[in-house]
Amino acid sequence: MTLLYGRGFASVNYPTGMNLGGDPSQALIHATTMGGFVISLSSVDLGQGLKTVVAQCAAETLGMPMEQIIVDTADTDTGPHCMGTFASRGTHRVGNAVIMAAREAREVMLQVAADELEVDAGDLETDGSGYVRLKGSPAKQIHISDIALAAHFKQGKSISGRGMFLKERSYPVPETGEMDPDSCQAHACTVADVEVDDETGVVTVLRLHNTYEIGRALNPAMATQQVEGGAWMGVSHAIFESTEPYYPASRAHGPVDFSEYLMPGSGEIPEQTSVILERPSSNGPFGAKGIGEMTANAPIPAIANAIFDACGVRLTTMPFTPESVLRGLDALRDGA
Amino acid sequence: MARIDSEYFRDERSSDFTVIGTAVQRSDVLGHVTGRTEFMEDRTFPNLAHLKIHRSAHHHALITDVDYSEALKVPGVLRVITYKDVPENWYGVLRLIGIGPDDEPVLAEDRVLYKGEPIVAVVADSEAAALEGASKVKVTYTELPAVLDVEEAMLPETPVIKRAGTNYFVYEGHHARRIRFGDVEAGFAEADHIFEYRYSSAPIEHAPTETTGCIVVPQPGGRLLIHSNTQAAFFTLDNTALTLKRPFTDLQVKGGTVGGGFGGKVDVMVEPLACIAATMTNRPVKFVYTREEEMQVSSPRAAERIYIKDGVMNDGRIVARKIMLYVDAGAYARHSPYGATKAAAHLPGPYTIPNVYADCHCVYTNRTPSSAMRGFGVTIADFAIESQMDQVARALHIDPLEFRLRNAYRDGDVKAHRKVASGTALIEVIQSTAALVGHELPEEYRAMSSSTPRGAGA
Repeated sequence: MTLLYGRGFASVNYPTGMNLGGDPSQALIHATTMGGFVISLSSVDLGQGLKTVVAQCAAETLGMPMEQIIVDTADTDTGPHCMGTFASRGTHRVGNAVIMAAREAREVMLQVAADELEVDAGDLETDGSGYVRLKGSPAKQIHISDIALAAHFKQGKSISGRGMFLKERSYPVPETGEMDPDSCQAHACTVADVEVDDETGVVTVLRLHNTYEIGRALNPAMATQQVEGGAWMGVSHAIFESTEPYYPASRAHGPVDFSEYLMPGSGEIPEQTSVILERPSSNGPFGAKGIGEMTANAPIPAIANAIFDACGVRLTTMPFTPESVLRGLDALRDGA
Repeated sequence: MARIDSEYFRDERSSDFTVIGTAVQRSDVLGHVTGRTEFMEDRTFPNLAHLKIHRSAHHHALITDVDYSEALKVPGVLRVITYKDVPENWYGVLRLIGIGPDDEPVLAEDRVLYKGEPIVAVVADSEAAALEGASKVKVTYTELPAVLDVEEAMLPETPVIKRAGTNYFVYEGHHARRIRFGDVEAGFAEADHIFEYRYSSAPIEHAPTETTGCIVVPQPGGRLLIHSNTQAAFFTLDNTALTLKRPFTDLQVKGGTVGGGFGGKVDVMVEPLACIAATMTNRPVKFVYTREEEMQVSSPRAAERIYIKDGVMNDGRIVARKIMLYVDAGAYARHSPYGATKAAAHLPGPYTIPNVYADCHCVYTNRTPSSAMRGFGVTIADFAIESQMDQVARALHIDPLEFRLRNAYRDGDVKAHRKVASGTALIEVIQSTAALVGHELPEEYRAMSSSTPRGAGA
């Protein structure tokens, strides 16, 4: 028995937004009496942090602290339309819609503040502390709670805004496939280090090293979670999963629960080192591109290429099961 | 947390932000780790009824008789629902973006096209009674030959399983979504080397912790409130209203907490039947997939088969790439026609190749319909493309990263679908990863840049 070690490479790109566009999302925002800002959406946060990221987009645009932002979402009676959470579109589409809504609300907020301070709205600024202040005269300031109260009870104004993002639908030319499919492309390169047991055929992914270029990491902690969580799915796709173990020859033997459908446990998660590069997208919220889906992709071929590097077996069918490794090793011996 | 390397693209980045770029804690994490997050199934309602399905036992068969009289005798069974109770039984989820035809019945009519296809729904006071009722439904079949291979399905002698008349989705008159760029045969003729390999994958399950489901609650005014774990609230609402033939304003979807989606919760499979059951019984109705249904009946990631033929010069330039891609859509279209077009848009990968030819087929077989899953159209294509890149690099004794860098797309390059590339960064992620693992690149490769036009620099 020998443990064989190998390293494999893969580099990929991935489009942001529904293919061909035509997938809108909207946002509404309004201030409460005490200066909270409620963002109304119908978007679904799948757990990856959409609510947090759009709150960051609103806070940055309004120039207000995160604590002032409330996200109310995923109810079709109260939130405006969103196409859905898929196609690596949430941060890009909804983020853009929220920024547009927050800009409109900010304009009203600054005008209300200007009227209270008896200055020109163009001379006001925010710094994220909750105050609106006169540029160059920081002592002349007013807190958002006083602005909102004045808007509601004195000036009779609604501090609110509407936002919308739509990439116009592209229709492919049937003969050539000419089309405008994406808003932008994110990029990744993954290096996989694997161990192959030449007696059992078991592949263990030891380490993954990644660089992701994602336009702008709006929240680097959550971007890292996407990279590491997606890589877990990539490892699982590569060496564990199928609903049809004998595809396409037989439809039988489909697993029906997690004791038959295996995925990596905590002992099978590789070490990961990741670097993020930022080349801001011209149309993304603060330059961000979508990375929701792509993080599962590069690990799969990187692992296939590492298996070849380790033991000389080229696996061209997913998943890379111990049986397929052993059959490949047998074929190499027979050919030798 | 991943390190942000701000040396790359430093002239294009600004960092004048207060909240953007900071590691704000995810807003729902405390609820998740303390177990206080409320999921769809955590809601309880008085008089809740349960819905279960009697499913096809065959891959492909004519239905000659459906007898549900024994199901109705099971204590607790309230109603049995057949296709006759579905106002608009034929649907396709992509009708909302104008892609048809509507090729799938909510409940089977005269035939079934895959094992596990829903035929009859049983609504009962308890989950156990609904399951027992569903098991008592007797369906008589005449079996038909099953088509289970994508390339076999495309052959002229293979029986046609689809009522539209072809075993493949028709893209504006073509049997595949096409990419035609340059002259691929001329490219092969000029190439020093030809490499042709086959790649394939098997179907993959989304494997969410929380299975697909909904609870529909009739409201006093007659509207239906749908508590759903859908990934797309309005997509679910609109598709459900079309199936019910009810005004869109009759429905309200509430969701937002999803125990794993990955593309598996955008098919709108449970809401229409639960709405019909709730309307028939005037009771809240719960329809949640069992783990077995989630794994074997709900859409998986499509299996794909991909042939890549490359023409390559001695210096490592790829001058032609031809790709034949087959997506196994299973019995019904769902999101697969969209996925095959997305695959076409992705080809030939992040490389600039002057001659590209691709046919991306969306093929129907007698399998569980596949549909959306994280990166579909791209994930399996990337496995094939990047395995191909490794095989070609090794055959030519070129370093695998240098081979990619030589062919990497750059700003200003025209892609195979004829959009001019911008904002590219493939070169830089390769350079960065090489540095990360200590993989030495010669100076000419370290000096490359995505914003330097091809031929102008290294």
